[in-house]
Amino acid sequence: MSDSARAFLALEDGTFFEGVSCGAPGEVFGEAVFNTSMTGYQEVFTDPSYAGQIVVMTSPHIGNYGVNAADMESSGVFASGFVMRECSPVASNWRAEESLREFFARNRVVAAEGIDTRRLTRHIREAGAMRAVLSTVDADPASLVEKARASLGLVGRDLVREVAVTERFTWGSEVPPGCELPVDTGVLPAESRFRVVAFDSGIKWNILRRLAEASCEVIVVPPATTADEALALAPDGVFFANGPGDPAAVPYLYRTLGDLLGKRPLFGICLGHQMLSLALGGETYKLKYGHHGGNQPVKNLLTGRVEITSQNHGFCVDFASIGELILEESGGWALDPGDLAGWVRVGVPPVVRSERYGRVRLTHVNLNDMTVEGLEALDQRAFSVQYHPEAAPGPHDAAYLFGSFVGLMHGDGETLEAGAGTPARR
Amino acid sequence: MPRRDDISKILLIGSGPIVIGQACEFDYSGAQACKVLREDGYEVVLVNSNPATIMTDPEFAHRTYVEPVTPSFVEKVIERERPDALLPTLGGQTGLNCAVALAETGVLERYGVELIGARLEVIKKGEDRRLFAEAMARIGLDTPRSGYAYSVSDAEEIVASIGYPAVIRPSFTMGGAGGGIAYNVDELRSVVTRGIALSPAGEVLVEESVIGWKEYEMEVMRDRNDNAVIVCSIENFDAMGVHTGDSITVAPAQTLTDREYQAMRDASLAIMREIGVETGGSNVQFAIDPKDGRLVVIEMNPRVSRSSALASKATGFPIAKFAAKLAVGYTLDEIPNDITRKTPASFEPSIDYTVVKVPRWAFEKFPGTDQALSTRMKSVGEVMAIGRTFSEALGKAFRSLETGRTGLGVDGKDAFDEEHFERYLAVPNENRPFYMAEAFRRGRSVEEVSALTHVDPWFCEQMRRMVAVERDIAGRALDTLDVEQMRIAKRQGLSDAQIAYLTGSVEAEVRARRMDLDVRPTFKSVDTCAAEFEASTPYYYKTYEDEDEACPSDRRKVMILGAGPNRIGQGIEFDYCCVHAAYALSELGYETIMVNCNPETVSTDYDTSDRLYFEPLTFEDVMDVFETERPSGVLVTFGGQTPLKLARSLEAAGVPILGTRPEAIDLAEDRKRFAEVLDRLGIRYPAAGTASTVAEAINIAKRIGYPLLVRPSYVLGGQGMVIAYSEEYLVRYMERATEVSPDHPVLLDRFLEGAIEVDVDAVCDGASVYIGGVMEHIEEAGIHSGDSACCIPPFSLGAETVARIREHTRALALEIGVMGLMNVQFAVKDEQVYVLEVNPRASRTVPFVSKATGVPLAKVAARVMAGVRLAEMDLPDEERELGRFCVKEAVMPFGRFPGSDSVLGPEMKSTGEVMGVAADFPSAYAKSQLAIDYSLPDGGTAFISVCDRDKRAIVPVARHLHHLGFRILSTHGTARSLKAAGIPVEEVLKVHEGRPNVVDALKNGDVQLVVNTPFGRETRSDGYHIRTAAVEHGITNITTVSAAQAVTQAIEAMLSGRLDVVALQDMGTEGGA
Repeated sequence: MSDSARAFLALEDGTFFEGVSCGAPGEVFGEAVFNTSMTGYQEVFTDPSYAGQIVVMTSPHIGNYGVNAADMESSGVFASGFVMRECSPVASNWRAEESLREFFARNRVVAAEGIDTRRLTRHIREAGAMRAVLSTVDADPASLVEKARASLGLVGRDLVREVAVTERFTWGSEVPPGCELPVDTGVLPAESRFRVVAFDSGIKWNILRRLAEASCEVIVVPPATTADEALALAPDGVFFANGPGDPAAVPYLYRTLGDLLGKRPLFGICLGHQMLSLALGGETYKLKYGHHGGNQPVKNLLTGRVEITSQNHGFCVDFASIGELILEESGGWALDPGDLAGWVRVGVPPVVRSERYGRVRLTHVNLNDMTVEGLEALDQRAFSVQYHPEAAPGPHDAAYLFGSFVGLMHGDGETLEAGAGTPARR
Repeated sequence: MPRRDDISKILLIGSGPIVIGQACEFDYSGAQACKVLREDGYEVVLVNSNPATIMTDPEFAHRTYVEPVTPSFVEKVIERERPDALLPTLGGQTGLNCAVALAETGVLERYGVELIGARLEVIKKGEDRRLFAEAMARIGLDTPRSGYAYSVSDAEEIVASIGYPAVIRPSFTMGGAGGGIAYNVDELRSVVTRGIALSPAGEVLVEESVIGWKEYEMEVMRDRNDNAVIVCSIENFDAMGVHTGDSITVAPAQTLTDREYQAMRDASLAIMREIGVETGGSNVQFAIDPKDGRLVVIEMNPRVSRSSALASKATGFPIAKFAAKLAVGYTLDEIPNDITRKTPASFEPSIDYTVVKVPRWAFEKFPGTDQALSTRMKSVGEVMAIGRTFSEALGKAFRSLETGRTGLGVDGKDAFDEEHFERYLAVPNENRPFYMAEAFRRGRSVEEVSALTHVDPWFCEQMRRMVAVERDIAGRALDTLDVEQMRIAKRQGLSDAQIAYLTGSVEAEVRARRMDLDVRPTFKSVDTCAAEFEASTPYYYKTYEDEDEACPSDRRKVMILGAGPNRIGQGIEFDYCCVHAAYALSELGYETIMVNCNPETVSTDYDTSDRLYFEPLTFEDVMDVFETERPSGVLVTFGGQTPLKLARSLEAAGVPILGTRPEAIDLAEDRKRFAEVLDRLGIRYPAAGTASTVAEAINIAKRIGYPLLVRPSYVLGGQGMVIAYSEEYLVRYMERATEVSPDHPVLLDRFLEGAIEVDVDAVCDGASVYIGGVMEHIEEAGIHSGDSACCIPPFSLGAETVARIREHTRALALEIGVMGLMNVQFAVKDEQVYVLEVNPRASRTVPFVSKATGVPLAKVAARVMAGVRLAEMDLPDEERELGRFCVKEAVMPFGRFPGSDSVLGPEMKSTGEVMGVAADFPSAYAKSQLAIDYSLPDGGTAFISVCDRDKRAIVPVARHLHHLGFRILSTHGTARSLKAAGIPVEEVLKVHEGRPNVVDALKNGDVQLVVNTPFGRETRSDGYHIRTAAVEHGITNITTVSAAQAVTQAIEAMLSGRLDVVALQDMGTEGGA
C-alpha cells in the first residue's frame, strides 16, 4: 500500500484530505458531493447527472462486486472524480467482468481511497457542497485549495450540452452515439404501443429500459431539438430526462418544454422535473448539500403512501413560486403553498395556479426535509418527479410512474395514484 | 393514522428462559415494546417466566406475571386481566407458539382478545413451510425443491428426486432444532427420525440442498398503510449449510450489485405482502447460487427475531420498538427516527461502517457431541463488532469473544491440527476462521481457500490482506515501526496484543509506542444515515480515521463495563445487573457510559445509558474509551468475570475503579489469604489444598480425604471441575490437567457429600450489610450452583442455621471490604455451616433475588458505589416474612448436543433460568418445572434407577409416585430396594442385560418420568444411555434424589389444581402471594 501513488483532495474552503490513488493519475475538478447508496457505485459514476462533480461514497467498501457492461447507465464515466474509503482489489460476483481498479485505469478515471469519507461527508453536510480538486500530481495543500477556488462551480453552468447526444437515436434498434460497449437495453417490447420522444440532457439508460419495458418506442433527441422537430417525430408523449448542473442554466430546454406543454402527455424526471417547474413559471434553488442516495422517503400526497426513492439532485423546486394557492382545489386548507410540512400533515395535495398553464398540483414531498419531489400540471397532461423512479441504483418503489406515463398517453385519469409501492419487475 | 383508541390493555408474551436459539434478544425487544406501549398510554400485561429479564422488572409493565409461558397459564392471566389485545410477535418462537395455541383453541375469541401485529393466518403462512412454498409460487419466487415426509420412507422417496445432500427441517421447532443435512441414506434415516420426533406436527421438510450458496437476510418492516422498508441487509460469511445463528454474518451485504440487491428487496416486500404481515418486522432469508445468481427464498419469520435485534444494533433503527408502535396503529412516517429526531422512520438506514457478528459456542461443556456446524444452531451467544471496514470489525469481533484470543490468530495461541488441517477448512466449525487465516499465512491463495470453504472470495481477500499486514510487521522490533505501518496495522484490525506478539514486545509497550507515534483511535457515530443528518443519540464505535466525533461532556459520569457475549456461566443475569447500574446512576444524576459488545442485550440499547460504546471488553478497547471520556469512575463488578478480569490492569493504568477494590476481589480469590480471613473470623470451610503435580495431589488427598472437589485454579462456571471419589480418578485428572495447563495449579477441596448448598446475595456499604436473599438449593452440594434449583426463602433450613448464615455473610463483607454486591456460597452439613466461596461482585442470582423480594439489589449496589449509604435508602427489613416461595430453576441445553451426557455436576451447563412463585414450595417448584418443560407428567410410568448411596433416600419418592398413580419401573437393584419397602414395582433390563431393555421402553414412549442418579464417572454407562434417550425423546429426566423429591411434590401440587397466577405488582416487598 505504501508504494502506491498518493491522491489529494482539497476543498475551496481550505479543507484537505490525503488518500491513495486507485485510478488513473491526473487532476480533476468538480463540486464535492456525497452519495449514501450502499450498492450501485457503477450506476452512480456512469450517471451523466454527476458531470462536474467529485462523488464521495459514504459506504466504506466500494468495488466489491466489480464492474460489468450491463450495469452501465451511460456510455462512460461522467463523475469527474471518485472518492472512497476502500476500493476492493478483487471483484467477487458472477457478473463481474473486471475489477473497479482495472475499470478506473482503463477509463482514465481519477479516484482515491483511504480517505476519511465520513469526515468529508460531515464537512459537506455542515459547510455545504463546494468546489473541489482531486489530484495525484500536486501534493501541495495551498496550491490545490487555490486551484479549487479558481475552478468553475455548478451555478449558472450549462453542463447538459457536454453530456447529451448530438444526434438522435432510437433505443434498442440503434447504438447510442459514441458508445463502444455492448448496451444492455433491457426487455424490448415485441410491438411498441407508444412512441416517446426523450430529450437527452444526460439520460440514464435505465429510464430508457423502463420506458421500453412499458412498451414504448423511445427516440432520444439532443437537448437543442425544437418543439416542432420533436412533434415532427409524431410522438405519443414527450419525456424530459435527468441531467447535470444548474437547471436555470438551460433556458432553451425549459422553453422547448413549455412549447410542448399541452400538446402531448409529458413526463419529467429530475432535471426534467425542474424543467417542467421552470416552464410553469416556478423557480429553483440550490440545496445545501443535495440529495444523493437510495433511501429517501417521499410521500405521495395522492395516496398517502411513502416511497423509498433513489435521488440525485443538488437543486430543488420552490412550489410556492409557481403561483397562488387555489383554496377550493386544496381541500379548503388555507395553508401557505410553500408549507410542505403542513400539507403533509393535513394529507392534502395543494394546487396552485400557474399564470400560463393553469392548475399545478404538488404530488410528492420529501419527508426528510419537506422539499418538493413531484408535481402535476393538471390542465396540461404533464407530471414530473425530482427523484429517480428508474432507480439504478436504488429501490423500485416508484416504478409505477412509468405506468402512469403510459396511462397518460393512453388517456387514463388519476394516473399518479396507481400502485405506489408495488415494485415492478427487476 | 394515529394510535388505536379502541384498545387500552395489551398482553405481551415473553420468550421464557434463555435457551440456545432464543436468548436475551427477546428481552431487548420485549423491554422496548413494554416501554413504548406504556409511554403511549396503554396498560401493559406481561407474561414471562424468566426472572433475569429487564422486561419483567415491575416498572416495565403494569401487570407482570413471572409465570410459565404455556397456554394454560397465559389463559389464567387472560381470564384475570381481560386484555383487549395480544401482541405475539416480540416473544420469539415460544411467545408466538403460545399465542397460536391460544388462538387455535378459541381462548382468545372466548375472552375477546385481538391478535395484533400478526394475524393467525399470517403466522401460519409464514411458519408452515408448505403454505409458505405455495405462497412463494404464487408471487413467482423460487424456493428450493422439496417435499414433506412423515416417515423415513417418505423421505427416501423425496430424495430419489432431489438427490443428496438433502436438508431436513422439522416443522415448528425453534432455532432449527432437530434439523440436519444428510449426505447418505444412513444419515437421512437418523436425521429424519429425530426430526419427526421433535416436530410437534410429526413432519419434516426434505429439501434440495443449497449448501455452499451465498446466504442473505433482509430485515423488513411494514405498516398498515403498506409502507414497507428494508432496515438492514445481512450477508453470511459462512455459506448455506450453517444455521444463520451459527454463522458469522456481515452487515450490510457486501457482494451484491444493485440489481441483485434490489431483486432481493423487491422479493422481500412481495413476501411481506403475500404472507400478509400487516404491521411489524419480519426477517426473510435468501440463498443465491454463486455460479449463476439464481435466487431462492429460504424462509421468513413474521416476527421480531435474533436477526432483527442484530439489525437494530447494527443500524440504530429500533425494530422492536417500532414494531410495537405499528401494531397499535401508527405508520412509519408518523414515527420519528430516534437517532436523527428530525427525519421519519419511513426510510432505509444507510450505514457507513461494517458490522460483523460472530457466534460464541460452548462445546467444551458438552464432550462427546459433534462440533461441526450445521443447520441446527449450537451457539450460546454472540458478539457484534463495528469497524469502518470488514477486517477491522472482524478483528474486533474475535477479540470480543472472550475465548482468550486477542484477534484472529497471531497471539501466541494458534494451535492447528495439522493432520486434519484441510478438514478444518472444509467442514464448518468454530475454529475455521483461524484455519483460514493460517492458510493465507502459509501462502494459500484466495481461490483455493474460497473453493474449500465456500466463503466468498471477497471475504477471503479481506482476510488475506489482514495476514499480509501481519507479515509486514512480524519479527520487526517495535521501535522500528513507523507511523504509517502502525496506522495500517490498526486500520486492518490488529490489536495491540497481536502487534506485541508479532514484534516480540508486550501490549503496554505497543500502546506506549502508538501514543508516541500519535496513532490514536477515533470514535464515529452509528447514526442510521451515513452522516447525511446530524445524530442526537450518542452511539459510537472505534476506528482509526482522521476525525473523532465523540465530544465527551463535562458532566459527572460513570462508565459501566458490560458482560460481553452470553456463554454458559455468564448470561443475561450480568447484563441485567449492568442495566440496573446504569438506571440507578442515571437516577442519581450521573451521565452513564456503557461499553459492551453483545448485540442481544438491553445494555447495548442506546436508550439504556446516556452514551453507548459498542466495543470489545479488552484492556485496549476499554482504555481507549476511558481516555476519550475520562469518567470519574468505572464499574467492573456488574458484568461478571469479563470486566472483573480487567480490574487490576485498568487500576494500574490509573483508571478509578468504583466500589470494592480490586485487591479485595483478589483476596477472595486467593485461597490462602482467604482461608486466613475465614480462620480469623472463626468460620468453617472445607479442608483444601493446591497441587501442581500428581504427587502433591495424592498427598493432599490423603490429608483431607475423599470425595474431593477438584478444579483448575482459574475457572468460569465451574469449567473442568469434577468430584473425585478415588485416587485412580484423581491421578487421571491430574495427569490431564497438568498437561493442559502446567502454569495453573489444581485446587482440591473436601467435598461435603449430601450437604445442602445455600447462596446469599448481599450489598455492603463498608459500614453495614443488607442481605438481599438467602437461597436454599434443591440439589445437594456437588451440582454447580448455576445448574441447581433454589428457593427463597429457605424451605428446610432451621432458623438458627439461617441466622448463622446471615451472621457469616455480614462478617465476611465487612472483613473483605466489600463496597457493593457480594455473593457467598455456603454448604450446610450436620447442622454445621461451611463457606465454600465468596465473590465480591454481582452474581447470577441477583435478578432472581430482586424479583423474588422486590428489592432491586443491583441498583442498591450501584447507589452504594456512588457513595449513598444503605441506611439512607429506606430498604425493607431483610428478615421480613415474604409469605411466598420463589423457586429458580436452571434450563439445560442437552437436547442441542446429542451424545453429551445430561448428568449434572460441578461444571455448569445451563443456559438460562425460570422462576416459579406460589404460596407453598411444591407449587412454586411445579411452576418452575412447567416453565421449562412446558409440561410435567401427570401420570403413567416412572422409571427409577439410582446408585447405591441413593437407594435408601429414593424409597419415599417412589412411594409418593405410586400414591399419585404412577406405575413404577426399575432395574434390578433399585427394584429390590423398592420391593423391600413394599412398593409395587416392575423390573426392566439394563442396556447391557439384553432386549427389550429400558432404552427400548423410553424410545417406545412407555415412560413419562425418569429418575436416574449417576453411578460414577464412566462415560457410555447405562445411565448415560438412559439419560440421552430421555433427552432425545423429551421425557422429564431427573438426576438427583433431591430433585426427584421436589418434582414428586410438584406433580402432586399440579394434580391438586392449586397452581394459580400472581402478578409481581401484587407481591410487593412485604409479601403475599
